Formats: sequence, C-alpha cells, structure tokens
Amino acid sequence: MMAAKPDTFVPALPPSAPERARPLISLEGAGITYGRGANAVEALTPTDLDIDKGDFVALVGPSGCGKSTILKLVANLIRASRGHVFVGGREVGAERVGIGMAFQNPTMLPWLRIRDNIMLPLKIVEPFRSEFRAKRKTEFRDRAEALLEVVGLKGFGDKYPWQLSGGMLQRANLCRALIHDPALLLLDEPFGALDQFTREELWAILQQLWMDRKPTVILVTHDLREAAYLATRVCVMSARPGRIVADDAVPFARPRTLDMTFEPEFVALTQRLRGLIVDARTGKV
Amino acid sequence: MEFLSERARQKLKSALLILSFFVLWEVACLVFKVSEIVLPRPTVILGALWQFFPGIRPHLIQTLYTTLVGFALGVGIGVVIGAVIGVSRVAYDTAYPLLVGFSSIPKVAVVPIFVLWFGAGTTPAILTSMVICIFPIVVNVATGLATTEPELEDVLKALGAKKLDILWNVSLPRAMPYFFASLKVAITLAFVGTVLSETVASNRGIGNLMMIASSNFNVPLVFAGLFLLAGLGVALYVIFSLIERRVAGWAMRKQDFAMG
Ligand SMILES: Nc1ncnc2c1ncn2[C@@H]1O[C@H](COP(=O)(O)OP(=O)(O)O)[C@@H](O)[C@H]1O
Ligand SMILES: [Mg+2]
Repeated sequence: MMAAKPDTFVPALPPSAPERARPLISLEGAGITYGRGANAVEALTPTDLDIDKGDFVALVGPSGCGKSTILKLVANLIRASRGHVFVGGREVGAERVGIGMAFQNPTMLPWLRIRDNIMLPLKIVEPFRSEFRAKRKTEFRDRAEALLEVVGLKGFGDKYPWQLSGGMLQRANLCRALIHDPALLLLDEPFGALDQFTREELWAILQQLWMDRKPTVILVTHDLREAAYLATRVCVMSARPGRIVADDAVPFARPRTLDMTFEPEFVALTQRLRGLIVDARTGKV
Repeated sequence: MEFLSERARQKLKSALLILSFFVLWEVACLVFKVSEIVLPRPTVILGALWQFFPGIRPHLIQTLYTTLVGFALGVGIGVVIGAVIGVSRVAYDTAYPLLVGFSSIPKVAVVPIFVLWFGAGTTPAILTSMVICIFPIVVNVATGLATTEPELEDVLKALGAKKLDILWNVSLPRAMPYFFASLKVAITLAFVGTVLSETVASNRGIGNLMMIASSNFNVPLVFAGLFLLAGLGVALYVIFSLIERRVAGWAMRKQDFAMG
C-alpha cells in the first residue's frame, strides 16, 4: 500500500538516530499544547515513541491523558506543538501512507447501505479512487463482501445502518477502516461501547485480520485485558500532561485465545498494567 | 374498515376531519344566517370559482408563474449563500447578522422600494417572493452542512480527503433533509410574497383580483381567490414532499423508508 520507493528514500531523521531498521512511526520529542495563553492545556509532554512496521501497539492510560492526541498526531490531523512526528521515515504528511481509522462511534452514513458505507474510502483514496466508477459494481463490491464475511456480516451488505445492532455497526466500522488495505490502522476505543461478549468476539476477529494482513496497529483502549490480548506491546501513559511511563512487550503466542486471558502470566500482566495506571492517576509516577 | 391498512385508515380519518370542517362551516353559516358579505358558505365560494373561472385563469397563471420564478431565484441564491456560510466560519460571522436583520424587516415595507426601482407589475412581485423565501433556505442549508460528526471528519481526513470530497460525500447528502424542510416552508412563503406585492402594486394576479373583488363587495370571489391560493400552496407542498421522500427518505420514519 505504501507508495515509498526504497531506492529514492531520503532519510529525514536527524543524524543522532540509531542505525537500525527504521521504525514506521517515530515520535521525537513530540508534544501538544491545545489552546494558547491562559487557556493553554498541555495534553502531551514531549514524547519519544518508535513503532515498527507490522507492530500492534496498545495505548492505555487514565482518561484525558492524551491517547487520542497521539493518534491524531500520527494521522496528521493535528500538528505537533513541539518536536517531530515521522511516518515512513519522513515528516508526517510528506508522504501518503494508507491510514484506516475507527472510533467508538461507528459513524455510518444513514443514507448508504452498509456495503456502500464501507466502500467510502475507495471513493477517496488513490489508486482506488480513479477506478471507482469502473469497479464499484464488480471488483470493489466483491472486496467489500469478502471483508463483511470475515467480520461475520455476510449478507448484511444490502442493509441500512439503522437495521444493524451496535456490535454489527462496529464490525462494519472495522471493515470501513480496512477496505483500502491501509498500512496503518488507528483504533480509538473501538469496542468501548459494546457488551463483553461482543467485544471478545471482535477481539478474535481483529486479531485474525491483523495476522492475515499485518498492518501496523495503534489501539487506544481502557480495557487492559483487551490490550494484553491483542497487542504485541502495551504503552502505559501518565495522567495529563501525558507521557509514556511504561512500555511492555506482550510475549504470549498467537493466535491468542480467550482462555489464555485467565492464565496466571496473563493475569499478572494485566495486574501490573492496572497498578501502573492507578499510580499514574494518583500522580505517583 | 378492517380491509384497510393502518396507514390508509389514518389518512381516511384525516380526510374525513378536513371534510367535516367545511361541512361545519356550511351548516354554521346556514343556521346562523351569516350574510354572504361577511362569510360566504363553501358551496357559494365554489360556485363563484366555477362561474368566474375563465376570468380568474390568467390571474392564476400570473401568480403561479411569478411565485415559481421568485421561488426558483430564492432557492438558487439561498443555496449559494447557505453553502458559503455553512463551510466558512468568516462568512458565517459576517453574513448571519446581516441576514437576521434583513429577514426581520416586514416584507410589506420592501414592496414600495421594488416598485420605485422597477415600476409596478411582475418584477416587484417576483423579487418580493424571492427575498421572502431566501432566509429559511440559507439557515437550513448552512445548518445541514455544518453538522458533520467530528469522528467521521477525522476518519475521512486521515484518508486524505479534500474539503470537496467531504462536502460531496457527506455534508451535501446530510444537508438534504434540512434543505427539503426549508423548501416546503419557502414555497408557501413565496406565495405570501407574490400576493402581497400583487395586492399593493400590480394589475394582474390573484392578489390584485382579490383587491378588486373586495372593492366591488364580491366577497365570494375574494374567498375563491383564497381557496385557489391555499390549493396552490398545498399542491406545491405535496410535490416537494414527494421529491423529498425520494431524495432524502432515509431521514424520515425508518419503517416507511424500508418499504418504499
Ligand atoms: N481540541 C482540543 N482543545 C483543547 N483541549 C483538548 C482538545 N482535545 C483534547 N484536549 C485536552 O487534551 C487532553 C488529552 O485529550 P485526549 O488525547 O483526547 O485524551 P484521551 O487520552 O482521553 O484520549 C484532555 O485533557 C483534553 O481535555
Ligand atoms: Mg480519547
């Protein structure tokens, strides 16, 4: 998906950067202050964070600590007040990296069928965009149907959003985020509004999708079991102004199962994360 | 009535209620012996309509033409202003107070100005109906365009969508229900504007006809004019409702949409 041509690659990293496989995403002292003057709110203290291609990183932390802010920085929706954000080795925005995003609110367009809703990115992103008219009834449609089947929505393409339950809409939301095969998937508490069973079902689906397609994923969540089940790495953030206070690898083998989440090592990990967040909330870190 | 569907029964009920209103009017006039100079009975009005129809027709066509032209201009201008205001903060802050001020002016007051500029006749009537229907359209189009969910906007911007992409794929369709709601208000207002201007400064149109009829104490003819205006208003309202169902049906009651 990435348009980068390795041979014409111009490194934009400062010379001090260590010589190793270049991470896909790199925050270097990136900080954000919202507003100015008396209303200024420091949401993110200058932060360093490297994320390798194909990684699955979970961001956890007390609410309001700047998790969504990091996603917005990486998606180039806001500019860093300080420092730099590199994506694909170049300053964010310099190069088009395929990005898929999904929030807790599925925001399906009520006037489009589910199939057309999830095909929306194909209308916007190149190279699909220029072929959209020609292929929307054939190749792209099949692509949408195939993805719907993967998330368990086979046969629902013709329905309108109001005909689907919250869990089904969230499945469709995942499809919309993935339809253009993005290199980078940004998920902001996508399962936050779902019941426990639906949520666990979607974990398995998301894990499968990630294992099949290997996008780089940043998942913001407040569910520590979710973070430990899905991610290869969990970053814990402190209360506002946010900074990363812990960065744990999650060693469990894939594909992970729900049963594994009740095993001692898994429970120990989530307990440790919980302790870190409690400390972060009470300002002990 | 068991053989009718729930909806058909409801429609039948409201039709009967409307009919009974006119029957009541008729009966009340007969029982209390109300003079025709004060309030003619519906049957008398319909009789007058039938009797004078050949004479009324050119006026009817004139009013309909004037209203539709004024309405079309109003919609065109209203959509453009509404779109600009809806997407640009600066335009919003500048134009909104102006528009509110302008729409607070009673439109009777602008007719003499139009007459001064363009002379009596069709032009002031068109302009009056135009200015009267601009405001609701501007407000609704601007509101409709401005109400995009921030999350959806983020999703699209992360995809690299341009402002125009978002406008075309999201904002415009989303604004459609608002737009049609305003069309239905605007078309009835457009009639008010036309008739107002015709009454003050024209020698043609239903407004003028009613003025002349009332100065001749032909009260049934005055009411015939009112009936015609009401009929035209309802007819155009229905037409826009039907278009609305096709274009923006998704925003209406979901069950109906599913069936339609
Ligand atoms: N557009 C904004 N303007 C001002 N303050 C903001 C804005 N967006 C977020 N903030 C503030 O920045 C902090 C971090 O926000 P966010 O990244 O959304 O937190 P979370 O970790 O809950 O996702 C919060 O305290 C929030 O109030
Ligand atoms: Mg958030």
